[in-house]
Amino acid sequence: MGTPEFAAERDFSRIDREELLSELAEVLPRDALLRDEEDLRPYECDGLTACRRLPLAVALPESEDQVRAILRICASLGVPVVARGAGTGLSGGAMPHQDGVLLSLAKFKKIIRIDPVARIAVVQPGVRNLAISEAVAAHGLYYAPDPSSQIACTIGGNVAENAGGVHCLKYGLTVHNLLRVRALTIEGEVLEIGGHALDAPGYDLLALMTGSEGMLAVITEITVKLTPKPITARVVLAAFDSVEKAGNAVASIIAAGIIPAGLEMMDKPATRAVEPFVNAGYPLDAEAILLAESDGTPEEVEEDIARIRQVMEASGAGEIRVSRDEAERLRFWSGRKAAFPAAGRISPDYYCMDGTIPRRHLAEMLTAIAAMEKKYELRCCNVFHAGDGNLHPLILYDANQAGELERAEQFGAEILELSVKLGGTVTGEHGVGIEKINQMCAQFSEQELTLFHRVKAAFDQEGLLNPGKAIPTLNRCVEYGRKHVHGGQAPFPDLPRF
Amino acid sequence: MVQRLQASIKDAAARKQALRLRGSGTKDFYGQRLEGELLDTRYYAGIVAYEPTELVVTARCGTPLAELEELVAGKGQMLAFEPPHFGAEATLGGCLAAGISGPRRASAGAVRDFVLGVKIINGRGEMLTFGGQVMKNVAGYDLPRLMVGALGTLGLIAEASIKVLPRPVAEATLRFEMPEDKAIETMNRWSGRPLPISATCWCDGELSVRLSGARAAVAAAREQLGGIVIDDGAEFWHSLREQFHPYFLGDVPSWRLSVPSTTPPLMLPGQQLIEWGGAQRWVRTAAEAYTLRDAARAAGGHATLYRAPEKTGEVFSPLSAPLMKLHRRLKLAFDPDGIFNPGRMYADL
Repeated sequence: MGTPEFAAERDFSRIDREELLSELAEVLPRDALLRDEEDLRPYECDGLTACRRLPLAVALPESEDQVRAILRICASLGVPVVARGAGTGLSGGAMPHQDGVLLSLAKFKKIIRIDPVARIAVVQPGVRNLAISEAVAAHGLYYAPDPSSQIACTIGGNVAENAGGVHCLKYGLTVHNLLRVRALTIEGEVLEIGGHALDAPGYDLLALMTGSEGMLAVITEITVKLTPKPITARVVLAAFDSVEKAGNAVASIIAAGIIPAGLEMMDKPATRAVEPFVNAGYPLDAEAILLAESDGTPEEVEEDIARIRQVMEASGAGEIRVSRDEAERLRFWSGRKAAFPAAGRISPDYYCMDGTIPRRHLAEMLTAIAAMEKKYELRCCNVFHAGDGNLHPLILYDANQAGELERAEQFGAEILELSVKLGGTVTGEHGVGIEKINQMCAQFSEQELTLFHRVKAAFDQEGLLNPGKAIPTLNRCVEYGRKHVHGGQAPFPDLPRF
Repeated sequence: MVQRLQASIKDAAARKQALRLRGSGTKDFYGQRLEGELLDTRYYAGIVAYEPTELVVTARCGTPLAELEELVAGKGQMLAFEPPHFGAEATLGGCLAAGISGPRRASAGAVRDFVLGVKIINGRGEMLTFGGQVMKNVAGYDLPRLMVGALGTLGLIAEASIKVLPRPVAEATLRFEMPEDKAIETMNRWSGRPLPISATCWCDGELSVRLSGARAAVAAAREQLGGIVIDDGAEFWHSLREQFHPYFLGDVPSWRLSVPSTTPPLMLPGQQLIEWGGAQRWVRTAAEAYTLRDAARAAGGHATLYRAPEKTGEVFSPLSAPLMKLHRRLKLAFDPDGIFNPGRMYADL
């Protein structure tokens, strides 16, 4: 089956490493080319630490000309290239290729131009997300998408993954906050995509580039939109004695015509995990808590908060607290923002999922997850971008216990496949990378995957940019389908169930 | 029903026969030449699902835009990109294929920003699903947004899921007497402040500003900005959206220049009207294309011959060679026999 051009995972093992290194050494300064194992080690994985590989070499260019030279060498020798920002991604998108060059854009950290009147910033891809907001704060502006890792993650990585954040229900994802990218193809050709006007002629390649996981081109410059900073923000914290009630409250807020700036849910295991860590003051006996934020002018926020409060009460909330000042607002949020590190504190390892479902299926999903906890004998905390249906179950495991990693992976795979079954997607904002590549086979048909491969080939005919990521080959899906029996026998038939 | 569309496309592909994908034809005026056998999509109509609390509506391509907007208005929601209909029969499919956004564009976003998922039929007659009904979805390339504004050259959008938003509780339109340069400066300055501005327009020495949002926010902004509150605000914005405002009448060619919002007044022959906080400039002129294209390019934007009694030469600004090459390859990936709306976007695409 399948079209022959995509029949197999490509084999690059015949690459001549010495030839590659000597050609790269001609275009890069000594300290910008890493080749020794101890220097390569820090690049062996990104935020998906369970998947590690050493690349043949790490290149650390500092100019677009150097990037072009690297790409041309790799194109002529048929060497895979994996671009990397800060390496905070959670799906292994920046995991190196064992026969390839890891192209770090860490030195591209200049903010080239800020135009406060036009509300744009032109930046290099290695600039940190938060650094943009800090640089423009004096003008009363900020860059709206705020992934939890914003202190470390780079804007280039954000574009590659179409990163979201806590505030994207109201302010949009990365794709909604970009105007332009400048990128190089694997052949070293410059692509100016989008522009400083609100649209550009031709196909919407800016949307196509966003979230393309480094598969289409290497970004060297980005123009982002800046948003006026709201004058004030307040958050409502509401406790519920059931997850269903909390889910219904979210639906009722939206039905009432309110789009909160942030709308987050945490279940009891999650609040209990974070509370000792941050002392946010969360009610620990609640089955679920909701955080709903309103921002804008003081008058607007007051009006919104009153309405949100009313809806929460009508939805059966127990305790309701409204932040009285900025310190309290930040404290309410601190627990949500600390969910990942807190999971790391109560468990040696954790595995963060990223499925998105239509919100009305939330209770069904959480019930299923509770059953999976028994099935796989692993605990799971749930934090949830409730406003947009993006669920982040944190599966707790210990990699040093035989079989736990495998069970965690099976657990995660089952959540993702249920997400697809409920009309959702395997990834809302973290990307497919290497982590969810098999689940892509559940979400897309052979014909759909084939079109993805054709789109990739339109940019990168030889398939050298980030090979093996994001879009599974048809062969992989066949193999995965054989191993994995859908809806039939479970992968661990000897485990106690339910 | 959808099989009928697929069959038509497969049949055309087998014959290498060009197809002209068309809803009700309200946007026939837009783009380059119309070529091929007509494939009327209007029979493939209907709302598939509407979940007000999920902010998503899913409908088939032939669904009248008016029906869709009426449905969501019934739940106090709207298509925030305010798509122009340009005729009572306008369909959802045409709206997405044309990718034309209305007055709210600068503050709420463009058509593509609200597209969550699509079912398309490619040039082989295969029905393919990309994206979905959820707000966040990064599985696979963002093909739903790529389809928007592609003028049907990549495939037929058979069904789409669109994000909707609540209608603002309060709205008010303010008007100021102001010369063009000062209006551009003012629009940009106000857009940089946390004000509930949802649309702007400068025409004939008058700046109009629409405020939308919470009652308190609109009231506070009115106080802050001054100006005269006009009574027929809704009608005014509607006349811009649907282009029956007197500025748009008559036979003089209508050019659309999309430029950075801070671009100073464009010294061009013909009457101008400005929207989108300065980012969309309309020019009514019979001047040569290069005059408009040069001005737009110098400003960092592009120019489109939007409406004209007669169109010769390219309607859209030419692309750089690397981008044009990519366009051709993408077209081939979706439509290997080149049957969909050939030449509608660029002569050789």
